[in-house]
Amino acid sequence: MTPTISTFLYLIAGICFIMALRGLSSAATARLGNIYGISGMAIAILTTLLTPAVAKYTGIIAALIIGGAIGAYIARKIKMTALPQLVAAFHSLVGLAAVFVAAAALYNPTAFGIGVEKAIFTSSLIEMSLGTIIGAITFSGSVIAFGKLQGLIAGKPLVFPKQHLLNASLGIGLVVLIAFFAWSQHAGWFWLMTVISLVLGVLLILPIGGADMPVVISMLNSYSGWAAAGIGFTLNNHLLLITGALVGASGAILSYIMCKGMNRSIISVILGGFGTDPATATAAAEASDKPVKLSSAEDAAYMMENARNVIIVPGYGMAAAQAQHALREMADILKSKGVKVRYAIHPVAGRMPGHMNVLLAEANVPYDSVLELDEINSDFGSTDVAFVIGANDITNPAAKTNKASPIYGMPILDVENAQTVFFVKRSLASGYAGVDNELFYRDNTMMVLGDAKKVCEELVKALKGGGH
Amino acid sequence: MDLQSIAQQTARLSGFVQEISGELTSIENSIRHAAATQGSGADPFVLGLMVFALACFVGYYVVWKVTPALHSPLMAVTNAISSVIIVGALIAAGPSTFGVSSTFGFIAVVLASINIFGGFIVTQRMLSMFSKKK
Repeated sequence: MTPTISTFLYLIAGICFIMALRGLSSAATARLGNIYGISGMAIAILTTLLTPAVAKYTGIIAALIIGGAIGAYIARKIKMTALPQLVAAFHSLVGLAAVFVAAAALYNPTAFGIGVEKAIFTSSLIEMSLGTIIGAITFSGSVIAFGKLQGLIAGKPLVFPKQHLLNASLGIGLVVLIAFFAWSQHAGWFWLMTVISLVLGVLLILPIGGADMPVVISMLNSYSGWAAAGIGFTLNNHLLLITGALVGASGAILSYIMCKGMNRSIISVILGGFGTDPATATAAAEASDKPVKLSSAEDAAYMMENARNVIIVPGYGMAAAQAQHALREMADILKSKGVKVRYAIHPVAGRMPGHMNVLLAEANVPYDSVLELDEINSDFGSTDVAFVIGANDITNPAAKTNKASPIYGMPILDVENAQTVFFVKRSLASGYAGVDNELFYRDNTMMVLGDAKKVCEELVKALKGGGH
Repeated sequence: MDLQSIAQQTARLSGFVQEISGELTSIENSIRHAAATQGSGADPFVLGLMVFALACFVGYYVVWKVTPALHSPLMAVTNAISSVIIVGALIAAGPSTFGVSSTFGFIAVVLASINIFGGFIVTQRMLSMFSKKK
């Protein structure tokens, strides 16, 4: 295959990838989009296999089958609640692959047409360095993010003095190393650079707290794109450049949306230190002796079946308790009784962008009754019952009124405007941000304490036994 | 002149020859580089930069159009397509001679293909949930 033909086919693949993202603009076209994506990837792989650079196939096919089998197995088995971890793990693989490709280019530059050993073009050396640095940071950062999401590493931000100074000096060190490497072409500098980047990746993600995880995942998504683009510059391959740019832009936009959802600047997220483990945040709030109205599942069932409209506000706690199926059953019964049931999703309701939508879709909640913050927020005023389950900070009116609150300025769902608010919570503890929710003490708020799944099941029972 | 010193001289000479041939290839490469630059009128890096910058803009506008409900599938699918890095891995694993470089290539092919298959399948799984409409 001549370079002209392969470049042309790479262009087609690039267009397929753009169409894949374009398809996601609506649920109706999304699956066609995914088919575009798969076709683009198939074209890219086949084209590369047919270029003269690839002479031997057996090993490559074996590698493809091994990797493909592992990937397919994991993707089929994974639970949707564990999606954020999975994505973090996948990001780490892209990063690591980028490091290996950069290293391969260093040891056999002729195969990539970037010079001969010990005489690689300076520009290629710099691009190679950038590819491996971003790749290594993506890899180790994603491993840490995976650990935090999986609960292997404490979600609590790990902050130590002079942290930012250390990170900055490592960054400057990397720039110096690029210069050394480009000048001497010595592989030692390359590996030192890779090791420092791995350390930097760990140091960058460790201080970021559990509450900021949705931003971190989006950020790492972005990094994995930039890593691919870095390799694209090294190999002078335009498909890698296009794809890297698409992925990088996508991750950056998602990070921005997540930051806005929490009213945090990307800088303060990166500097870290926000959010704690839900378990450690309890003490302060439980000491509070302000009166709350406790209620039961039966009361909630009675109120909701006699309501005209109900808005359900799910949070990560709902997903953690695996309550989505029971919740959907409850909503179905309410609907059959003529109640208008809708779901309100806050941008950071789950642990990654759009996570809550997937969890509800998995439980067969029709996606047209699932609404975003902007679409539904003004409707709370005319709503009889707001049913908050497993969510907390995203409903806290302190975000609008209390300037001293750490969540001040965060857009919230105005559940307080509903006639009655039911809060399903395990305890009166505060949320991820460690802030007490004043909504608990309002006159129109009823607390239903208990495990989200159990409460939903009791509700279903009460609604079925309602005798209508 | 004894046999040993001849052998030494030859070894030195062959060392020189290797050095010179190394220099020559590097000269040849820089000439080729220059020729390539002249042919298209611009450095390949700048061409790449152009493609990259334009693609950033395309990505920006396309991604803002993605509905928030599908942000998770968006992440999964971008993850899958960023594994297009496999193109580089295949080239590294391709040569008929086996070495350090091709070993790295094989590892990268395995890693990237985990991602490609895993990413597309998990996206498919998510999207099929969204299409189930009651």
